[in-house]
Order: sequence, then C-alpha cells, then structure tokens
Amino acid sequence: MYHLLRTIRLAIKSLLLHKLRSGLTMLGIVFGVFSVIAMLAIGEGASKQAQEQVLMLGANNIIVRSIKPPEDSGTGGSANVRVLRYGLTRADFNILKGTVPKLSGIVPVREVILNVRNRDHEMNPRVVGCTPEYQEMNHLDIAQGRFFTDQDIRNLSNVIVIASETAEMLFPLESPLNKSVQIKNRAYRVIGVTKERTASAAIGGSLSGQNYNKDLYMPLDTFQSRINTKDTIIKMASGSFSAVSVVYDQITLKIDHPKIVVEPDVIIAIAEMVRETMDTNHAVKRDVDVIVPLELLKQAEQLRNIFNVVLGSIAGISLLVGGIGIMNIMLATVTERTREIGVRRALGARRIDITQQFLIETIVLSGTGGLVGLILGCATPYAFGGIKGIVKYYILDSSGDKSEMANMFLTMTPQVAIWSLPVAFGFSVMIGLVFGVYPARAAARLDPIEALRHE
Amino acid sequence: MELTAKLVNLQKHYDLGTIVVKALRGVSLDIPEGDFLAIMGSSGSGKSTMLNLLGGLDRPTSGEYYLRGQNVATLSDDEISAIRNTLIGFIFQSFNLVAQYSVLENIAVPLLYRPGYPPISSADEDRCNELAKMVGLGDRTDHKPYQLSGGQQQRVAIARALMNDPAIIMADEPTGNLDSKTGEEILGMLKSLNEQGRTIIMVTHEVEVAEQAKSHIYMKDGLIAGHGIFRG
Ligand SMILES: Nc1ncnc2c1ncn2[C@@H]1O[C@H](COP(=O)(O)OP(=O)(O)OP(=O)(O)O)[C@@H](O)[C@H]1O
Ligand SMILES: [Mg+2]
Repeated sequence: MYHLLRTIRLAIKSLLLHKLRSGLTMLGIVFGVFSVIAMLAIGEGASKQAQEQVLMLGANNIIVRSIKPPEDSGTGGSANVRVLRYGLTRADFNILKGTVPKLSGIVPVREVILNVRNRDHEMNPRVVGCTPEYQEMNHLDIAQGRFFTDQDIRNLSNVIVIASETAEMLFPLESPLNKSVQIKNRAYRVIGVTKERTASAAIGGSLSGQNYNKDLYMPLDTFQSRINTKDTIIKMASGSFSAVSVVYDQITLKIDHPKIVVEPDVIIAIAEMVRETMDTNHAVKRDVDVIVPLELLKQAEQLRNIFNVVLGSIAGISLLVGGIGIMNIMLATVTERTREIGVRRALGARRIDITQQFLIETIVLSGTGGLVGLILGCATPYAFGGIKGIVKYYILDSSGDKSEMANMFLTMTPQVAIWSLPVAFGFSVMIGLVFGVYPARAAARLDPIEALRHE
Repeated sequence: MELTAKLVNLQKHYDLGTIVVKALRGVSLDIPEGDFLAIMGSSGSGKSTMLNLLGGLDRPTSGEYYLRGQNVATLSDDEISAIRNTLIGFIFQSFNLVAQYSVLENIAVPLLYRPGYPPISSADEDRCNELAKMVGLGDRTDHKPYQLSGGQQQRVAIARALMNDPAIIMADEPTGNLDSKTGEEILGMLKSLNEQGRTIIMVTHEVEVAEQAKSHIYMKDGLIAGHGIFRG
C-alpha cells in the first residue's frame, strides 16, 4: 500500500513534468468520459420526461380515441356535402360504462377547432366539450372563477372556461370573467380561466403533443346540442361544405386500482379487454385506438435502454480512441526515457518495478482525465440549457408552431445518472490499465545495457 | 583473503546474424575483497563488456562468474536486480542522473527498489542529506541535473551509488567526461571509499587515473593481455 502510494506520487511528478503533453494526452479520455455521462444523462432525462408525461396522463387511465380514417372512405351525404362519419359512438360509451370492471370514472370528450370572437378579437382555439372531471384528469388549475359543474351540464348552460392564452387573445385589456364570447353566432359566458400549463410532449407516436394554453372548455351536453348538433359539424371552406360526424373524440376510463406499481397487469388486462371490445365494434373502419399510458411507460423504458446502449456505445468508442491516444504517447515516452529505464534497472529496479511505474503513470493519466470528464459531465444539464437557448433562438421560429420533436427537446432536462459516474470513472481507469500494459511491458522488457547505451 | 569476484573462462559473444562479435574470449580473474582494480585497454577491447558482466547487468555466453561465492548464472533476473540494488553501486561515464529529479531525489532512487520495499524512513532521508554533504553538494540538494556541472553531476552519481551502502562499486570511465582536476577529485573520493573497505572496479584508459588503483589488468581483443600498467 505504502509502495503503491509512493509509485503514484512519482507518477504524478513525472506527468507534471510535461504538463501540456499530459493534458493533451488526457483530452481523449476527458471527452470520452464526458460524452458517456452526457449521453446517459440525456437518455435519462428523456425517459424521466416520458415518465412524467405518462403520470400526467394517469397511469390508472385507459384512453380510447377516435381516429380519422383516410379521407376517401367518408360516406357520402348529398352531392355537395360529404359527411365524414367515424369514431366513438354513444353505444361504445354505454358498453364501456357497463362492462369495464373497476371503473371509477369515465370522461367523454368532443373537441374541434372553431373560430371564436369577442367583438373584433378573434382566434381559432381548440373547443373542448367535456365533463367536469376533465379538469382534474388533465391537471388544469383555475386562475380565476371556476370550472363548470354537473349542474351546468344538466342545465345545458351556455358557459365556458378559457385557457390563459385564449384569455389574453380575446380579452387583452379586461378581465374575461362574465364577459361573453361568440362561437358560431351564439354567445357563451366565461365563468373561469385556467392557469398556464406546460404543454405535454408526444409519446411514442400514439399521442400527439398538446398545448393546453389555447383551449376553450364547454360543458359536454351544451357542446353536443349547440355545436355538435345531430353529432355533425359543418364547416364552410372556399365555397364547399365539409361535414364531420363524430360523437366523441376520446373517452377516458379511470380504473380503480391503487396497487398499480405492484400489479400493473390488472390494468393491462382490462385494457386488453377494452381493446377487444373496440376491435369488434369497429372491425371494418378501424377508427378507434386504445392507448394505455402504463404501456407507454414500458415503451419509454425500452426506449431509454436502447438509447443507453446506442449512445453509450458511441461514447465508448470515443473512450477507446482516447485510450489508443494514451497508449501512443506512452510508447513514445518509453522510447524517450529508455536511458532512465536503464539507470533504474542498474540501480536495482526489477522488471515488475518498471512495469508498475509506467502502468501507474498511464492509469493516473487516464484516471485524471476521467475525473475531469466526470466534472464536465456533471455540468451537462447546465450546458444543455445553453444549447436549448441557442436552438430556440437560431433554429426554431419563435412565432411558428414547433414540431413534436422540438417540443420534446425543449422541455427535456438531462439528468446525470448517479450510477454512470462510478461506471465512467471505472472505465477510464480500466482504459489506462488495458492500454498501459503494452507500453509498460515494452519498457520492462528492455535490456538494461541496451537501455543505458540509448542516446 | 576472501574473493569478491571470480571469473572462470568467461566469454561474451554478440550474434549479429552475419557475424559473431566475440567481445570477451575467455577471461579468468580473481578479484579479492577490498581491491581497487583498474581495467585498462584500447577501445573495443571489451572493458565495458566485462564490467557489465561483473555488475550483473548482463549475462555471459559461457564461463562462470562467482560473486561472493555465488554462481550468478543460477540467479533469476529479480535476484540479480536485488544484488545490484544492495551489493553494487554503479558510476557511469555519462553520469546518468534522472533528469526530472532533484539532487536529493536522484540520490534516493536506490531506496525505491530495496527488496521488500520498506518505507523511506527519516533515517534514510538523513542519510541522503549526509551523502549530499559528503560529496560537497549539501547546499544544492534542490537543484536539477541540468543546473549542475559535469563534476557535480558525477558527485551526485557517487552519492547515489553509496545510498544502499554497497560493498562493491563499479565505475565505467568515471572521469572520462571530466577535466583532469575534477577527475582527480572524483578519483580521490573513490580512493577514500576503497580505504573504507569497499571493493572498487574501475574501467579507464588513462594511465594517470589507473595509477591510483591497487591492481591493474590490461585487456586486448577480449582477453586479459597482462597484469600491471602498460605504458604506450
Ligand atoms: N550490444 C552489442 N552488440 C554487438 N557488439 C557489441 C555490443 N556491445 C559491445 N559490442 C562489441 O564488443 C566489443 C567490446 O566492446 P566494449 O564496449 O566492451 O569495449 P570497450 O573496451 O569498453 O571500449 P571503449 O573504451 O571504447 O568503451 C566491441 O567490438 C563492440 O563493438
Ligand atoms: Mg567502454
């Protein structure tokens, strides 16, 4: 032990002799370790983000969505009005409500983009017809006023709740509460404004990202009778009409199963049942999809593992390159110090002493590089913030809509995985060991006389 | 008198593929303990080759070499290394200090390789300082080799050779790179070391240097041509 410490001290000493060279030699390992940690941090951050999204969706939920079939499959109405009819029906709702076990809540939603106005202020928000449970399920907080109640549903009240950006655009100068908003020639009274909520990113292609801040919420029954009249919405665009007939865009089933972590299979099994039911009811058109956040969680985990392996391998290659660089320099060092090796041998150094000396020098070099890389790696989340800023400023249009990918990128924060620190450091030491053996053995094999003669 | 070294028909050949260079062609010699032997001879006669064999830096092609009665051929590389560390002190023509080490650290190098790696004690450190003082460099212990003159570097080498208190000192042209006055100083040191009872084996081709030794051999073409000093 004492001997080892002494050897390490001497190694540091001789490395400090050529600070620039040692520094440059370490660089490969520094960046190798840094990229290993950074890559894993990004993978970890992405998976954390996915997990949070899934939790937002509700791990206990099963989401049944209507999917718009390809345009030409719409069934015709009269000659100039083609009605596109698809998706979830009242029958579906009743079946789900009646047959799904352990059901603790069922929230149907119908949504459509519509033009709304307050005098000369107008915009095209997503108008969402829903039940009061929607608020809790989507984690919407109220900034002013209130969300609508079951009473509002029963009374077919002409009331709406608007999101923060909607409020700003329609009522730039005044409080929106109790003011009216025009939608399709009808006036609706604003009874509440929701707080700003971070947009949800897309998950695994099943659910697109959602920006909740440009929404407008309305009691479902009001929506169905006033806007989705006879389950049909007719829009006029450039002289021709288009009609879409959808009853519900989405039905969210909430399953009462507190032991979700221990027995996730219960949810999966129920979801399987829902899927079968839906598949038989919509066998022809296949216009309904069943999304299980819990499954997405598993997918996210898989995705992270793939990320880790792929990114880790790439980073591992840079570590390897760093190791080869170190070996190269150490071989040159051995040649340069051949005479010193001869002297040490003459003064009694055994072969193993020489091996040890150069091996420890290499390990100290790579280990120090590893430590520096570690520190840089820990700074990844901060550096990433900077990168995000640059991307936001120079690449993404500040006004335009962002792609799902961009959204995911912007809302993600890398998380340095604690386990990656000792692993990456261990790797850097290992690299020193592996790539140091050859130069060290080459040094020890030198014949003392030849070494002493070396110029 | 006990023998420090005994050579019996020692040969050393270098096989260069096309030809075989016979650097030593059968050398027999007894070196008693406490001797101060000067090995002389013209360039290429095999002086260094013989000294390297005596110092355990090299192995003979044939013949026997007994160091303090022990047949060196039977020893492993590690065992010979240990002997070099504890029993023999080396002094080279070109000093051969470790460039990145200070005077004191150079003197301490043999401590790093003591068998069993005992920690460097404060007594060891005292001895380093003492040796530096003894060779007249007590006030320059922090200097690096490049800051020293040739004579000063050779004194460091002598102090280093003495570190582990060896019984034998091998010097290959220790004054070869020094002016005559500095050479004399170095030689004086070797003489006093010999008076302390250490066996000294020195290679030189300067008659004035060889004259300071107790016994002399003259080498020619890999053989001992005669004992005593041959002038011209
Ligand atoms: N490694 C080697 N390979 C081949 N030949 C060698 C080797 N070492 C020494 N020789 C040869 O052995 C012979 C003796 O060399 P050595 O170095 O012992 O001479 P020397 O007496 O010390 O000469 P000098 O006074 O010039 O130092 C020389 O002919 C030399 O060329
Ligand atoms: Mg010679």
